[in-house]
Amino acid sequence: MKDTDPEVFGAHSRRTFLKSLGTAAVTAAAAQSQSVAAELQKLNSEKVIGPNAVPVTLTVNGDKLKLMLEPRVTLLDALRNYSSLTGAKEGCDRATCGACTVMIDDVPVYSCQKLAIEAQGHKITTVEGLAKHGKLTKVQQAFVEKDALMCGYCTPGFIMSLTALFNRNAHPTADEIKHACAGNICRCGTQPHIMQAALQVAGNPIKSKTELINNA
Amino acid sequence: MPSWPANPKYISHETRRIDAPAKVTGSARYASDANPGGWLYGMILRSKWPAAKINSISFEKARQIPGIKAVVLAPAIEERQKNSSDLTLRYYGEEIAGVAGSTKQACLDALKAIEIDVTELPFVVLEDDAKADDAPKVWADQPNTSPAKPKESGDVDKAFSDCAAVIEGFYTTSVQIHHPMETHGNTVSWTPDGITCWASTQGITSVHDGLASALKVDQSKVRVITEYMGGGFGAKFGPGPHGIIAAKLSREANAPVRLMLTRFDQALAAGNRPSTFQKIKMGAKEDGTLHAFQLENYGTSGIGGTSGGGGGAGSDVPAPYIYKVPNTRVNHTAITTNAGPATAFRAPRNPPASFAMESAMDDLAVKMNIDPVEFRLKNDPSEIRQREYKIGAEKFGWKAKYKKPGSSPGVVKTGIGCAGSTWGGGGNRRTRGEAQVNPDGTIEVRLGVQDLGTGTRTVIAVIAAEVLGLTPEQITVRIGDTNLPFGPGSGGSTTCASISPTVLDTCTKALQQLQTQTGVPDARGENWFKACKKLGVTPLVVQGQWQEGLSSSGAGGVQFAEVDVDTETGLVTVKKIVAVHDCGLMIDTLTLESQINGGIIMGMGYALYEERVMDDLSGVVLNPNFETYKLSTISDVPDIEVVLLNMPERGVIGIGEPATIPTAAAIANAIANALGVRVSSIPITPAKVLTALGKVPAPAKA
Repeated sequence: MKDTDPEVFGAHSRRTFLKSLGTAAVTAAAAQSQSVAAELQKLNSEKVIGPNAVPVTLTVNGDKLKLMLEPRVTLLDALRNYSSLTGAKEGCDRATCGACTVMIDDVPVYSCQKLAIEAQGHKITTVEGLAKHGKLTKVQQAFVEKDALMCGYCTPGFIMSLTALFNRNAHPTADEIKHACAGNICRCGTQPHIMQAALQVAGNPIKSKTELINNA
Repeated sequence: MPSWPANPKYISHETRRIDAPAKVTGSARYASDANPGGWLYGMILRSKWPAAKINSISFEKARQIPGIKAVVLAPAIEERQKNSSDLTLRYYGEEIAGVAGSTKQACLDALKAIEIDVTELPFVVLEDDAKADDAPKVWADQPNTSPAKPKESGDVDKAFSDCAAVIEGFYTTSVQIHHPMETHGNTVSWTPDGITCWASTQGITSVHDGLASALKVDQSKVRVITEYMGGGFGAKFGPGPHGIIAAKLSREANAPVRLMLTRFDQALAAGNRPSTFQKIKMGAKEDGTLHAFQLENYGTSGIGGTSGGGGGAGSDVPAPYIYKVPNTRVNHTAITTNAGPATAFRAPRNPPASFAMESAMDDLAVKMNIDPVEFRLKNDPSEIRQREYKIGAEKFGWKAKYKKPGSSPGVVKTGIGCAGSTWGGGGNRRTRGEAQVNPDGTIEVRLGVQDLGTGTRTVIAVIAAEVLGLTPEQITVRIGDTNLPFGPGSGGSTTCASISPTVLDTCTKALQQLQTQTGVPDARGENWFKACKKLGVTPLVVQGQWQEGLSSSGAGGVQFAEVDVDTETGLVTVKKIVAVHDCGLMIDTLTLESQINGGIIMGMGYALYEERVMDDLSGVVLNPNFETYKLSTISDVPDIEVVLLNMPERGVIGIGEPATIPTAAAIANAIANALGVRVSSIPITPAKVLTALGKVPAPAKA
């Protein structure tokens, strides 16, 4: 984005306005911040674009997606509806359910709360990007083994939250697992099996307490 | 006549869900993922008035929004307009119109551009307000309250005077919202050749028939596909107004339309569990046997109202629920309000019945100084549940843990409680199946049913594998398509009991025919591929159907709960649930355990968190989203122990519903046991706990 000529998006960006004030003003402003470059980058990011569709390039699961999107299009909408990556689900579209969770630079985020244009230049990973050559990741495999899913609609979100957790901490505690999944809702009630799956990946497996008694 | 195999390899064992890999990799395609070429977004304009008369409506400006391809009236409004009846909107969220456009953003703009002029009308959204004589009438031609129909057996008044102890309580339950993670919706393509609908549904046939009749299209020209769907819990039957709107938009736009409800829509207009307000008087004789019971109950199904809501969505609860009392008097009043209609919700009528009755049971047990488990053993007529109480009490450590109510020391008090459930279920006798055995040894089993996440695909694969001596992974299961042999909707915990006998019959016949045709005496297991090869170039296609004697109905279960209640904050923490359930012959104990966990967690939400809040001044739902409508999260989930009472001789019985019924009652009883006072209204919020403890005043009636 910072490479784009601001003139393309309108002559009244704050950058050109600041330019018109002369270097003294810019220097004064820059003195308040870490560096002139950082300040300029910040100003660039505030330029007005849209409301019509603009070219957007997203790096998703290692692939470059070139799309034409209105600036108000969310990352979730861009993934699901402007490309065919429907793994991230829309459950609420307002950052409350977590079904749309993806990783941006290894951080789990609600893709419904990120504009697609903001996600440019970052590494985006969706649930489709986890299994390489059909081989499930440890988290995915544990979900299958422990039946940590039912209808499966929340599952991609839980898997992304847990994958991000295990990327930064190979042996989380039960509380850390709960914390990592605090932003994900499941209505079928798979949480006990999700805990079992995650604890198995953490190297601290617990057994189900289910007991089958014959009717004597 | 086939019978269940004696020493099964897969049946009654743990089998991994066969579609789990598709779900964990994001390749499973839900209705909301369908993307037929050129599809458009669909959205619905909803009433922002709890009651209003439409004077005029214009789509002119909406149609001019760039990207908008179709704008249609909602079917009910169109109908009223055709019949020149008054165009009255009766609740906040009622469908008015639909728009379809090439982007979501265009649709949002178009919804704002629809011009509508209304006259606002008086409305009523709270049950007690709607009962008043001077309340605004929701439907002009009928009262808000249904006529009294008291049912009486025995001599109740005399019986109460014969009782050694009598309790009275007023037990109330909230309106609960289904909130499946995938909202209601469809992707619909209506062309001159017919309608194809990718539906998020519990009943592909119900959507098929509903679309055909509403749109006057031949049934043979409608196809409904549900490869995967994101939860229903009773609310996803039929096309719904949104499905019909999507189809009409598709026809007008000449393109497929995907119309999924928003989460807000879901809270307003996609169904709910009715509220109940149950005034119970109950008495027992000296020996502890129940002798007299009286219930006066009212509740609302929203505009579904006085007919009780239909489809199992009434507020009238079975009473005295699972108990037999010789003298009973029961009266229900259905209250109509200006709110979204109720619809079937996992075990309709049962969780509120269980909550109130089991609360009353504990209140009476306490009054008579009888242990609550003993009191149930004395009064519960079900032999199976009696056994379950004994097994559960042992496992839970009931005797060691039980203390007199309120005697737990300290600020955080511990309590325990229990409750029982019952459910019918049973199989659909018209269920059909088909197996295609290919010469290369692959096999497809086809049924026109759908998998809600309960494990339907896996059940089919397990039974087929068992009969044919293969592994479940070797079975290709084709479901979720009305082009397949007829299967019933998934409601009432009937799916497993419908499909299991059907698959057994179909695969048994396929095996017999394969053996006859190829001359291989036993084509199972290691002989399978050799036999299939002998088919030459023609696959074997065999039909089967549901058979008598392989399934049954009538599942039960009991649950025990242990809670901590913080008497300073009012916060309840559920520590442990022990659930003892029976469902006859179990097919897959792994997905079965998932179902029971799910029922418990949903029941816990009903006990502690879930409540639709209506604003009596504006008539709107105040918590139409997950910030304010609280669902149980992973941190809330207690330690769960499941005990399955294996009764293969009964055949297959469904478990989806019975597992959610007694949880709220068991938790409520545990809270009462901890505090020594009862919070008789669910959800049991911290505010209600503190009110019951006398630490904060009760909220004034608005």
